[in-house]
Amino acid sequence: MSTVSFVIPPRFERVAEELLLRSAGISKDELCTCSTDIDDIVLTEHDLAKWIFWFLSSKGNEYFCEVEEDFILDRFNLTGLNNEVANYAQALDLITDNLDDEIQDELRGSLDVQARLLYGLIHARWIVTARGLAKMLEKYKRADFGRCPRVLCQSQPLLPVGLTDIPYQKAVKLYCGRCEDIYSPKSSRHGSIDGAYFGTSFPHLLFLVYPTLIPPKSGAVEVGTAARGSNDTEGNKRSRRVRDEQEIYTEGMGEGFSTASVALKADRYRPRIFGFQIHEIAKLQRWQEAVRDRQVTRLEHLEEANNEV
Amino acid sequence: MSRRSSQQHPPLDTSQAELEEEEVISGTGEGDEVMEDVQEQEEGYSSSTPTSSLTWISWFCALPGHEYFCEVAEDFIEDDFNLTGLNAMVPFWKEAMEMVLDVEPDEDTSKIPDVSIVEASAELLYGLVHQRFILTRAGLQLMVDKYEAGVFGACPRVYCYGCHVVPCGRSDLPGLDTVKLFCPNCNDIYTPPSSRFQGVDGAFFGTTFAHLFFQSYRLLAPAPFWKPSSNSSMSPRSSASSSSQQQNSEQQSQTASQQTPQFVNPNPNGGQRKAAGKVYVPRIYGFKVSERAKCGPRMQWLRVRPQDPEELDLVDWRGQWYEDADDDYEEEEDEDRPMEDFDPDHQDGEDDDEEEEEEEEEDQGGGGRPTERPAGTSRHTLSPPSSAPPRTPPEVFSVAPALAAVFKQPDNGRLKVVRQQRALPEPVTRVS
Repeated sequence: MSTVSFVIPPRFERVAEELLLRSAGISKDELCTCSTDIDDIVLTEHDLAKWIFWFLSSKGNEYFCEVEEDFILDRFNLTGLNNEVANYAQALDLITDNLDDEIQDELRGSLDVQARLLYGLIHARWIVTARGLAKMLEKYKRADFGRCPRVLCQSQPLLPVGLTDIPYQKAVKLYCGRCEDIYSPKSSRHGSIDGAYFGTSFPHLLFLVYPTLIPPKSGAVEVGTAARGSNDTEGNKRSRRVRDEQEIYTEGMGEGFSTASVALKADRYRPRIFGFQIHEIAKLQRWQEAVRDRQVTRLEHLEEANNEV
Repeated sequence: MSRRSSQQHPPLDTSQAELEEEEVISGTGEGDEVMEDVQEQEEGYSSSTPTSSLTWISWFCALPGHEYFCEVAEDFIEDDFNLTGLNAMVPFWKEAMEMVLDVEPDEDTSKIPDVSIVEASAELLYGLVHQRFILTRAGLQLMVDKYEAGVFGACPRVYCYGCHVVPCGRSDLPGLDTVKLFCPNCNDIYTPPSSRFQGVDGAFFGTTFAHLFFQSYRLLAPAPFWKPSSNSSMSPRSSASSSSQQQNSEQQSQTASQQTPQFVNPNPNGGQRKAAGKVYVPRIYGFKVSERAKCGPRMQWLRVRPQDPEELDLVDWRGQWYEDADDDYEEEEDEDRPMEDFDPDHQDGEDDDEEEEEEEEEDQGGGGRPTERPAGTSRHTLSPPSSAPPRTPPEVFSVAPALAAVFKQPDNGRLKVVRQQRALPEPVTRVS
């Protein structure tokens, strides 16, 4: 456990080193001066050599979370993916680091693409499981997916969402739980990620499972507690996740809270010329608010009806 | 449109921008060009002027992060009337004016220890003048060129389909907030994507400009209503190809919103461009999330548009439905309502927009809606009958009030989700 005593494939060397350093919480520059012995860093053989870790640490893949190996190795979870991915078996081997080195050299280029596709599709299935949701929740709390560009959402952290579950159709979008709308990622690096790697259901399932995390429609953002550092060790993350889960459940998914009338608290922008509202826009906004009020009344009536029963 | 097409130079090119500026100035006939020659001669002064060929103004507008600024005509700055009240807000007024206009300073006044103080004042002065200038005809014209060239960027919201935005302040007083971007399609404001705009004061654009801009150029302003394009309902769809179909229809509506020369807003003073009106509908495993769920949609009202301009008139000035008193719209939500219109094969691959449209037609035809329109026949001709079976028998809505037709979406969602809620406890229990 404490010694790194295996051969790292050459292509992973840089990443392995980075991971090693990151996990120890030291920067590259510091390494030269500090006395930390690399051998003392606790990181399992597994963690280092994994294709997944290389994938996750490469630039542009910040939205992805780690799919646990157990999930990938359970063939049931991969049902149907062999039709989506060419060279399925080898791509799977590459992801799980079981690929023979000879093959690796021949097919490298195309296999890498297929492995990314396969990983993405597995990822879409993984993040809607309980453990996957919890992992993505971590990233959400760190605002890894960015923050809502809408001014009145007050930098609400976003969640990735696809517009379709079929690969090669649409790029990933970002869902804001506050304004409940979707936005394009700021950076083109993220704008080119396939939306199918996250799926259409994920953010909504997240809020369905963790209703206490549904963002309030007004006021400051609470979720993204900034205190969390981004370079904790993996071990820390695990324990923290457990803690978070406990927090969520001790917070209690109380029956008490209602979201029927939250929309009334939402801020909206009102265009004005020299302080005067603009007729057509104001009219549209009045209509929209009437639609909102109608929904609120409807929901409140429903709630009353439910309470009576 | 004709006005815009006459000037198609890239507005970032400073020399051309200057040319345009002069055109505009002479067009409006506003001023005395006497001073222009003067500053042309004395470029030696300003320490902040890197190359002598640049005026302070063009240098300032070319700085990174200052892309949103247009070059204020110098005679506008020189007209004292335009500066009314500003001298109380800007310290070192005289020096700042000299810097902005590249005028040689008087010897005895150059006692200011640090030129950076004056630079800050000059920036403030220019910004505040800029706020006023872009409300003038000439300023709006300069800004429209920038807008057309996409200098201000596009709306980050997906269903605005890259609608161009304009800079917008949240306050007219400096020092309160940075510049934001206003999207005319969703009528909302956004933070600029790049952090280099974090240093630009919103007051330098002001609260009025964005809206006066679209008020002046009605062809650029999206109309407040939106009808889903009917050409997407031509082909029968299978559930397998649903998302690609949906994508197609999105693209169609996108291109439609850009072209459509025939689009007319009946309100001549209203926005004359076809809006991009699609609203995001959250789905879990293809099923719409019910509004009855705690995590159900609550904010669709923020983006939704009526299909017809007349529907806007159903709401009075207080924001209440005119017919609310006698219409019991809750009736629709009757829990015992039969689910005969639940058709899994059909709805899976259905285009939402088309669904709503269809239902509305049925509603009007069968429901005998007390309309201000002539029986809704024109609607029928607009969209060809879909090959899919009608989801809702007309009788279902025959008792529904007129307003039920206005906003169908939640209703649709509810029907589906009744099922969905039965299916969904599974993941929840697994987690807990």
